Amino acid sequence: MAKVKMTVNGRQVGSDCEDRTLLVHFLRDNLALTGTHVGCDTTQCGACVVHMDGRSVKSCTILAAQAAGSTITTIEGLAANGELHPVQAAFKANHGLQCGFCTPGMVMTAVDMIRRHGANLDEATVRAELDGNICRCTGYHNIVKSILAAAAEMAGAQQAAE
Amino acid sequence: MYATNYHRASSVQDAVKLQAGADEGKYLSGGMTLIATMKQRLASPSDLVDLRHIPDLKGISVNGKSVRIGAAVTHFDVASSAELKAVCPAICDLAHHIGDPHVRHMGTIGGSVANNDPAADYPAALLALDAIVVTNARGIKAAEFFTGLFETALEEGEMIVAITFDAPQRAAYAKFRNPASRYAMTGVFVARRDNGDVRVAVTGAGADGVFRHSGMEAALAANWSPDALAGIAVNPSDLMADIHASSEYRANLVKVMAKRAVAAS
Amino acid sequence: MGVEGIGASVARKEDKRFLTGKGRYTDDMSVPGMKYAFFVRSPYAHAKIKSIDMSAAKDMPGVIGILEGKQLQADAIGNIICGWMIHSKDGSPMNMGVWRPLAHETVRYVGDAVAIVVADSLGEARDAAEAVVVDYDVLPAVTEAVKALEAGQPQLHPEAPNNLIFDWQIGDGAATDKAIAEAAHVTEITLRNNRLAPNPMEPRATLGIYDSAEDHYTCYTTSQNPHVARLVMSAFYNVAPENKLRVIAPDVGGGFGSKIYIYPEEIVCLWASKKTGVPVKWTCDRTEAFLTDAHGRDHVSTVKMAFDKDNRIIGLKVDTIANLGAYMSLFSSAVPTYLYATLLSGQYAIPAIHANVRTVYTNTVPVDAYRGAGRPEATYLLERTMETAARELGVSPAELRRQNFVRTFPYQTPVIMNYDAGDYEASLEAAMASADWNGFAARKAEAARRGKKRGIGMSCYIEACGIAPSAAVGSLGAGVGLWESAEVRVNAVGTIEVMTGSHSHGQGHETTFAQLVADRLGVPIDSVNIVHGDTDKVQMGMGTYGSRSGAVGMSAVVKALDKVEAKAKKIAAHLMEADESDIVIENGELKVAGTDKTLPWFQVALAAYTAHNLPAGMEPGLKEGAFYDPSNFTFPAGCYICEVEVDPETGVTDIIQFVAADDFGNIINPMIVEGQVHGGIAQGIGQALLENVHYDPQNGQLITASYMDYAMPRADDLPSFKLSHQNTPCPSNPLGIKGCGEAGAIGSPPALMNAITDAIGNNSLTMPATPQKVWAALNAAN
Repeated sequence: MAKVKMTVNGRQVGSDCEDRTLLVHFLRDNLALTGTHVGCDTTQCGACVVHMDGRSVKSCTILAAQAAGSTITTIEGLAANGELHPVQAAFKANHGLQCGFCTPGMVMTAVDMIRRHGANLDEATVRAELDGNICRCTGYHNIVKSILAAAAEMAGAQQAAE
Repeated sequence: MYATNYHRASSVQDAVKLQAGADEGKYLSGGMTLIATMKQRLASPSDLVDLRHIPDLKGISVNGKSVRIGAAVTHFDVASSAELKAVCPAICDLAHHIGDPHVRHMGTIGGSVANNDPAADYPAALLALDAIVVTNARGIKAAEFFTGLFETALEEGEMIVAITFDAPQRAAYAKFRNPASRYAMTGVFVARRDNGDVRVAVTGAGADGVFRHSGMEAALAANWSPDALAGIAVNPSDLMADIHASSEYRANLVKVMAKRAVAAS
Repeated sequence: MGVEGIGASVARKEDKRFLTGKGRYTDDMSVPGMKYAFFVRSPYAHAKIKSIDMSAAKDMPGVIGILEGKQLQADAIGNIICGWMIHSKDGSPMNMGVWRPLAHETVRYVGDAVAIVVADSLGEARDAAEAVVVDYDVLPAVTEAVKALEAGQPQLHPEAPNNLIFDWQIGDGAATDKAIAEAAHVTEITLRNNRLAPNPMEPRATLGIYDSAEDHYTCYTTSQNPHVARLVMSAFYNVAPENKLRVIAPDVGGGFGSKIYIYPEEIVCLWASKKTGVPVKWTCDRTEAFLTDAHGRDHVSTVKMAFDKDNRIIGLKVDTIANLGAYMSLFSSAVPTYLYATLLSGQYAIPAIHANVRTVYTNTVPVDAYRGAGRPEATYLLERTMETAARELGVSPAELRRQNFVRTFPYQTPVIMNYDAGDYEASLEAAMASADWNGFAARKAEAARRGKKRGIGMSCYIEACGIAPSAAVGSLGAGVGLWESAEVRVNAVGTIEVMTGSHSHGQGHETTFAQLVADRLGVPIDSVNIVHGDTDKVQMGMGTYGSRSGAVGMSAVVKALDKVEAKAKKIAAHLMEADESDIVIENGELKVAGTDKTLPWFQVALAAYTAHNLPAGMEPGLKEGAFYDPSNFTFPAGCYICEVEVDPETGVTDIIQFVAADDFGNIINPMIVEGQVHGGIAQGIGQALLENVHYDPQNGQLITASYMDYAMPRADDLPSFKLSHQNTPCPSNPLGIKGCGEAGAIGSPPALMNAITDAIGNNSLTMPATPQKVWAALNAAN
């Protein structure tokens, strides 16, 4: 049992946990951030994706202790001031979710994907980049559509700002 | 996961000391295999020594054709290194197709090489590139490093600090993914040096892990073209068989992936 | 249609909480004093339990209690039952073996629960579970249904000699045999419908809370039908009487059938909460889900389809063996009988049909309804047979289907169903146009120049949804009625709550049900809340499965709305001194037709509750409930076309295009309906191309127990889909809805398999058509 400290969604947090505690359980059980989910045991489904120091990672395969000192963003930290992040808004507008269980991981994945590819995303790239996220409801059709729409929207917004 | 003790090492020396002081200590790099294995309770190290924060294990350096990749460099950083891409795009492409984007953000070349999963990608590259696995104690040629399924030449407590190799003239990696796990069901790395030496290394298919295929190497040394492989037979008896692929099917894949790698090189 | 009413693609009301991480799933629930459960499970497919030694485990850190099956039985907790009685053709009732929530005599599949450990943390519970020593006497196992029927095989239950559960038939055997004897051509084929794991992304979970002061139980659980769970746990498992048991199914992360059933874990956690005095939470991990969630499909069938000299089908004979696993799950007996064989007429006029179905025990996890449930099996059988027949007869597959379509309605099939409406040709034409069927030959030639083998295949499906007329299913053996219930509560300020017995686990009811209310009353959907998933809040319900929530659940809401409207009109007429028959409801107002007299909706609601000025004798309030019992099944139908390219070097199938033309009758929210079709197609493609549950036939170990070996469809396995709708309204329910939840999974597997077999020129290909299998079939064909 040791105190693990990190920055989660902009807030300094610290909590006691066993060394074997996974980051996802630290977030869910110690910090009550239950938006990050566990959908498999083999690091494949991606329901647990969060950002660690700016990069998407699978929080089910990282010890909380490994993440100590890092900066974590979870699905709960994405919307600013009650406004949906453009990726969240695109998922809603394009029906990119059904049961909602894979959704936090999908959204965090999409944000990371758009960060790396920007407006260059095309359908084939989006599908390839979703390799580590499994959805059983949507057939991915509307997830792909949502991500492409968000990428275009965010690129447009960036252009407008420049 | 069974209970374990976590330690964060600040230097190579520190890591070696921490490992030596533990009952059954294991080095932890990206953890994409080790943590996953521990979750399944298939591994139960008493202590974990985290290597992610050791500066000496980081960074990629390219001097002419001489390449050095720090053991703690992630697959993502290998895939996106412009320096590396300029001299050996094949290894960037290989790294870009390991796991998924999130796994590539954490998983490291050192961790993958040390684990020597028979379906991992890097072992094929290292073998075909005649790479050296540099440890805290010595340099080990790839051909001597990979000794069997999940087995390597690493001694107890020995840790990988870098991978070095000379960039080839041409190289490429072609992978056929297992439809479920998405690991290599067969992956073939082909490389040709300036002096005409050719190496063909196969992962995901061999019953004893990564291996070289001398028949293909000879054929490609004579004629670097996919057509050169047309008459080559791959013996299924040395290959793995499971519910996803018989050894006969894997033998076919070895040949097809080799052809595609040569075509892409 | 208004922007928020019926027919509008309204963005979902529920999305914000899911998109911001505020969904509340069972595993997210936490209550004071809550502890964690881990189940000790059988590592063997078949074994006698000689002893269970908990002594070492009991002293492990954090352990609060370890409980076993003998204690459960001593406390009179009942065995798990199948709720649908099927009789064999000799009149004898099905042979149901004993399924104990915790086995203490015999285990019959890998994963069979033996004991529960409750501890302070999940890690400690699992540590202690490993220290429970169960001494097994291992028995031989059998996993394949066909083999389990053979002589000399391991016997699972003394109640079922030769592992046979029932030997059932439907249709006219003599007439069918005669048709086959007189046929100009008979197409014969043997087909295997592969076994699937449903895999909703949220693993099952349950939280059992016993309140000793009230002698009351609360069960949070991942259920598609909380009221059914309460009924079954009360009436059959003796957990608690219904008034002492509250079942809450909060946000549920997908079901696809697998969360219909009441599993041992819910029962045991509730009981364990009382025994240990703490709330007990269990959350399934994925491997445990593969081992213990009910699987789907697993049929082997032989088919004879008889044609006359004009290529008209004159008879269909089917012999099916269905694997039901180690125990009979809740609806398991209905799936390969009334949900399967009654659909064997497909979209075709077939004068004589006979089907024989034998169901079998094996040492595998129970098999029950999975998206489509019986109808995918029927469709796969028919549509592969039709395609095969077209090839044998040398006619176009489209033409052969067209020629045999049912064209006049209502149409009585020889296997119970009475099709009420449809236009099968319209879907066929739409699909063929969308897929550019006529341009295929040129595309095939172009692919051949690139070294690829291109193929095209179609499938025309029909399903029976909107389950179901209670009296009808009762006469067929169902243990329950299949109505639905709704209550519409208009609050004093005019906002509205709809309590529905339907349960949304991804289907978007919070939006579509609100659209219905908005459409009827002209109020904004934001003023309408849908309440579901809690037996304390919702009056009654039968839940969501079988594409029934629109056709049955919403029809109940319509009935309740009818009553609300009638009362509101009476009040408005009274207040505006008009005749009740002159009142119309428009845009949130009650108006006197032909005048400028109007009252806003909220004033009528307020008047109902102030009750200062109501018509003489009228009760205060504006809240009405209704039960809706359907008068018939509904019959969604459509045509799917798939075009593939096969890489002959690797056997990899690339789906070039997938076209779906569906007739779901009237549609509430096209965007949501399309989403249902996308998901269904993906699961159907998964079945045809990727997914297969594989048990080791020697020892019954589950080889595909994680995503490392069970191939789930990923984004890059699939194309974007091309959808269209042909709407012939359903005449049997007030909204004209047929249902859309399962069609995609029903129609797609045969379309894909017909395309691949077309591409490779070898029809003896089984699902899933993995690269290895396609490569081998190609080599066999060449």
